[in-house]
Amino acid sequence: MNPIIEKQFAVERGHAYTRVLLVVALVAVIAAASLPLWAESSWMHEFVEIACHFIFALMWNLLAGYGGMVSIGQQAFFGLGAYTMLVLGNFWGVNPFVAIAIGGLVAGLVAIPVSRIAFRLQGGYFAIGTWVIAEVFRLSFANLSAVGGGAGTTLTALRGIDKASRESWTYWIALLCVVASISLVYLFLRSKRGLALLAIRDNPVAAESQGIAVGSMKLAVYAVAACGAGLAGALYFVGNLRISPDAAFSVNWTAFAIFMVVIGGMGRIEGPLVGTLVFWLLSKFFSDFGSWYLMGLGLLAILTTIYFKQGLWGYVQQRWGWSLFPTQRRVVLTTGPSA
Amino acid sequence: MFELLLQGVLLGGLYTLFALGLSLMFGVMRLTNTAHGDFIILGAFGALALNGWGLNPWVADVVVLPIAALLGYAIQRYVLNKTLGKDPVPSLVVTFGLSIVIQNALLETFSADPRSIESNGLNIQSLALSESLSVGVLPTLILLIALSATVGLQWLFANTRLGRAFRAVSDDPEIAELMGLRSKNVYALATALAFVLIAIAGVLQGLRTTVAPSDGPMLLLFAFEAVIMGGMGSFWGTLAGSMLLGVTQQVGFRLDPGWGVWAGHLMFLFVLLVKPQGLFPKTR
Repeated sequence: MNPIIEKQFAVERGHAYTRVLLVVALVAVIAAASLPLWAESSWMHEFVEIACHFIFALMWNLLAGYGGMVSIGQQAFFGLGAYTMLVLGNFWGVNPFVAIAIGGLVAGLVAIPVSRIAFRLQGGYFAIGTWVIAEVFRLSFANLSAVGGGAGTTLTALRGIDKASRESWTYWIALLCVVASISLVYLFLRSKRGLALLAIRDNPVAAESQGIAVGSMKLAVYAVAACGAGLAGALYFVGNLRISPDAAFSVNWTAFAIFMVVIGGMGRIEGPLVGTLVFWLLSKFFSDFGSWYLMGLGLLAILTTIYFKQGLWGYVQQRWGWSLFPTQRRVVLTTGPSA
Repeated sequence: MFELLLQGVLLGGLYTLFALGLSLMFGVMRLTNTAHGDFIILGAFGALALNGWGLNPWVADVVVLPIAALLGYAIQRYVLNKTLGKDPVPSLVVTFGLSIVIQNALLETFSADPRSIESNGLNIQSLALSESLSVGVLPTLILLIALSATVGLQWLFANTRLGRAFRAVSDDPEIAELMGLRSKNVYALATALAFVLIAIAGVLQGLRTTVAPSDGPMLLLFAFEAVIMGGMGSFWGTLAGSMLLGVTQQVGFRLDPGWGVWAGHLMFLFVLLVKPQGLFPKTR
């Protein structure tokens, strides 16, 4: 009798080294958490600043790279989270560290009605439309005298806490926010809903015909990305203490996020991570050059988009197949005899 | 009341010139140029630079136009054409990058100070319409230029070979290529034309008020709002959208100097909510 050869498929996602990486990451986080015990306070301040850029870029990547919604207006939610934290802390006596989380939530909730207007536009129109919305937010806060109007105001709620413990706490919260937002995005993309999101990105019509609710999925991603941006904003101004509409709703936040994501590689979690590292190194060495530095960033983004589309991590992934956060599913053919 | 409306319409004339170039590039190649406002400012500074090298201001204002056309042709041909496609990300990132490059290059060359183009007193002359009402000569001139530009573009699209080529590549670039058009070249010509409009807008902005390197994004938003409010696909729509924006901003400014731009944005969002296709949706 001939043995019946049956083709069998298996869906593979992680690698053997995924678990090793997880352990390495855990050790790194624990080591990082001990930083306030031995490092200078300027390091902590720098980390908080770069963490805000990273979380913001991660969320922009989720929105644009996975959700296909390129926004130039995410600073609306960054600033909104920041001002929510400030109002809760200064006027209502909420602990600013707690208010960071509420700031993120409020930004996410406000994103739902905002999406009703923003989603009327698509593609490039969506990008500039969201920018208009961010400007409306900026001008509205600039006209609110309770929070200092255009000149801005200071976060006074942290006055009672001494400088050293304020800095340590801000640092720990920033670290927590980074770990939480990476985990959130990673787990989301690995879930069934994440798979649906990838399907929508690749072909919205086909995804809809497979029974995926494209509209509500896009809304969910928009709200989550807004929530993350709000979290980053609230965190940034807990670290900075001084807020103004021009700083909180500056389009530069989105500009830097676009730069980081494009350089690192769009549509992959490693992209913003690598991009943030590159951005941090560049700003460390070249930011003294002012407008020349910004011109360089702009040119680099243009050249990368035209000639090096996949970005740094995209190149690494294509060349060596590395993946720190395996979200792709691969079908593996396993042929074997069966009885 | 009438005076307020008149001021709004005159402002709308300037916004029409801001918006026509953007409308043209939207229409022909579905390209969202986020550096649009910065190119307007670049046009104004181009005229200022030519003037600085000893050219008569009026001559400089005209000489800058063919230079803008060449720049537009080259940018579309060698940069923007590489970013076109179904995915909107490349063109958005590239034009956004251009925006940052232009702003900072202008900042480095001309400093952050606002400047205006020398108009030999034209910007303060006015025409008395009645005893209590007079209008500025320059704003009226700008409105007339805006109206002729709108009529001219509409005529060009409807009645010339070039206009037919623009419409053809807009409808279906592949079929247009089968019919013997080189769509990449047609795109470059469209951008060259858009850049002439952009330079006109920049020069007039510089004559009417002041320009600073960081002004670009605001002008982009005004132009964008006018195009979307008017409805895609017709230059008359763009004109109407610009007028609506100008009047709304003027009313806002009258209520409180801090509210003008804000009121314009709110009107845009309102129109988007109740009439997402714009006031005059049409296919060209």
